Amino acid sequence: MLKGIAASSGIAICKALVINEAEVAIEKRDEVDVEQELKSFSKALENSKEEVRRLKEITLKKLGQGKAEIFEAHLMMLEDPELITGIEDKIKTEGFNAEYAVKITVDMFITIFEGMANDYMRERAADIKDIGKRLVYNLLGLKLRTLSALEENYIVVAKDLSPSETVQMDHEKVLGFATDIGGRTSHSAIMARSLDIPAVVGLGNITALVKDGDTLIIDGDIGAVYINPQSDLIAVYKKKQEMARLEKQELQALLKAETITLDGRRVELAGNIGTPDNVSGVLKNGGEGVGLFRTEFLYMDKEQMPSEEEQFQAYKRVLEEMQNKPVVIRTLDIGGDKKLPYLPIKEELNPFLGYRAIRICLKQRDIFRAQVRALLRASIYGNLKIMFPMIATLEELREAKAFVEEMKQELSLEKVAYSNDVELGIMIEIPSAAIISDVLAKEVDFFSIGTNDLIQYTVAVDRMNENVSYLYSSYNPAVLRLIKTVIDNAHKEGKWVGMCGEMAGDVKLAPVLLGFGLDEFSMSASSILKVRSVIRGIEFRRAKVIAEDVLKMGTAEEIEGYLSSI
Amino acid sequence: MQKITITINNKEGLHARPASLFVNMATSFKSNITLVKNENYSKEYAGKSILSVMTMAAGAGDTLTIIADGEDEAVAIEGLKTLIETGF
Repeated sequence: MLKGIAASSGIAICKALVINEAEVAIEKRDEVDVEQELKSFSKALENSKEEVRRLKEITLKKLGQGKAEIFEAHLMMLEDPELITGIEDKIKTEGFNAEYAVKITVDMFITIFEGMANDYMRERAADIKDIGKRLVYNLLGLKLRTLSALEENYIVVAKDLSPSETVQMDHEKVLGFATDIGGRTSHSAIMARSLDIPAVVGLGNITALVKDGDTLIIDGDIGAVYINPQSDLIAVYKKKQEMARLEKQELQALLKAETITLDGRRVELAGNIGTPDNVSGVLKNGGEGVGLFRTEFLYMDKEQMPSEEEQFQAYKRVLEEMQNKPVVIRTLDIGGDKKLPYLPIKEELNPFLGYRAIRICLKQRDIFRAQVRALLRASIYGNLKIMFPMIATLEELREAKAFVEEMKQELSLEKVAYSNDVELGIMIEIPSAAIISDVLAKEVDFFSIGTNDLIQYTVAVDRMNENVSYLYSSYNPAVLRLIKTVIDNAHKEGKWVGMCGEMAGDVKLAPVLLGFGLDEFSMSASSILKVRSVIRGIEFRRAKVIAEDVLKMGTAEEIEGYLSSI
Repeated sequence: MQKITITINNKEGLHARPASLFVNMATSFKSNITLVKNENYSKEYAGKSILSVMTMAAGAGDTLTIIADGEDEAVAIEGLKTLIETGF
């Protein structure tokens, strides 16, 4: 067994197609007709640009805007005056043949980029290699290897796969791929995940160990590749594969189905997202909305505060892609274990009880201002709901709402458009908020229960602390009672309640939450269809009985045991 | 010819996306655009070349001198300056 990096999940069992491309030898020729070389180069350049434009179109259709940007960048490089005049100058002044001039110039840029400190820039070296190769192949009249028209099914084994190669693959015939180099964030790995092809990368020297026609098993879940495995191992994996396929098939049938109980109670199943790129995953898994957009990503991995404009673009994109389906965007939840390099927070003894989330936003208004303005501006592009995290008191809620009002007036004065129908809600994740949820409910449009923190604060348990993590349980009776209270209090005021913690995606708890009257369940996209299948298979009446039974129980163990038995 | 020297505040510097925004805007002008990092005039970078701008690797705190030469040089300087100052 070879162990590599699990780049894209799933299992593939198939014959190998090894792509061991010999380097094209590029020689410096002596007899060179400068005019002729310039003409050839110009033609090769046009052909290359045309090919990249086509690739961009294909990618846009198959994988969307985000991935197509790779080829937009390639195009920009092919139009780069430094690169083009650099190559042309070498033909004119040094008398180099075109392909040699391309090689020398491209190599120079590759060396510069590979030597850069920044990861992003080093990865750009792969892009420059990709366009350099395209130019040379066009000059030599060679066809770039293409995996676009294969006769049989294969697992592709290669040293590395360039973005162009990955996109062009015949995705019906390529069942998986395994490469010598690459990491989880390399282009080919990212694309494999979007295309749902099992892949293992970073295997070291698999190209040397595998011959064409060898049978391979790729386990993209654990990052393993088996070469010519024994028949019993193949049988085990075939079974695994079949089970996964059946489950997927069953769930796929529910993709467009309503989330409705046997006796007609309808609820909404939404997805949690961290970046606009995650929207496609929510839609692909049958999500009926976004129940939690964690906006932290816009702030993290950055070296300065994102501008209002940058945030506006991100929110707008999510709202547009969700096409009027509800989108709950949570304002900045930073602090606790999440820190920003440009926002120094004094070392705290208890960061989870400290300066974080709405507490920061209400104090550092300039941060909040950019976000709230960006949200309001984006509100005209879809069905936006704004949610404040870590609300502990009614005062905080009032302050946050007043601030949104202030921003609306500011925008009105500037004659900037925003929607007047934006619902404002809060996360219920602090016990004090849950306890006074009857009064909070009067002043919000909705609640969303954040169970991860609610459990932590209610039971006083740090789940990262191994000595006490046994106390952290979604089946804790106190937590379940608190959730029931929150839902009842909201419903008394005619407000809806969602849940966006990990509990919402727990199939065992789904009947209980349904029975409590929860209106919206927001979870990671991959859980949506599983929960839909549970809800469609039960009566609301029965769920209410289960919920009542659970509320009478005294221990988490008893509750979990009971739910496992039904 | 007009020129201006500004300090880059954007912590990402002229990497990645900011670089392509800069080049896109620079390309929209007729003037020739040249860049100099930290007033080291011995090394000039082409403002309309994505590869050149990226290899310059200008980060936060570096100064950037933008030199525009051509019929729309004033507009070019103003536009590029605003782009950098607003942090893209």
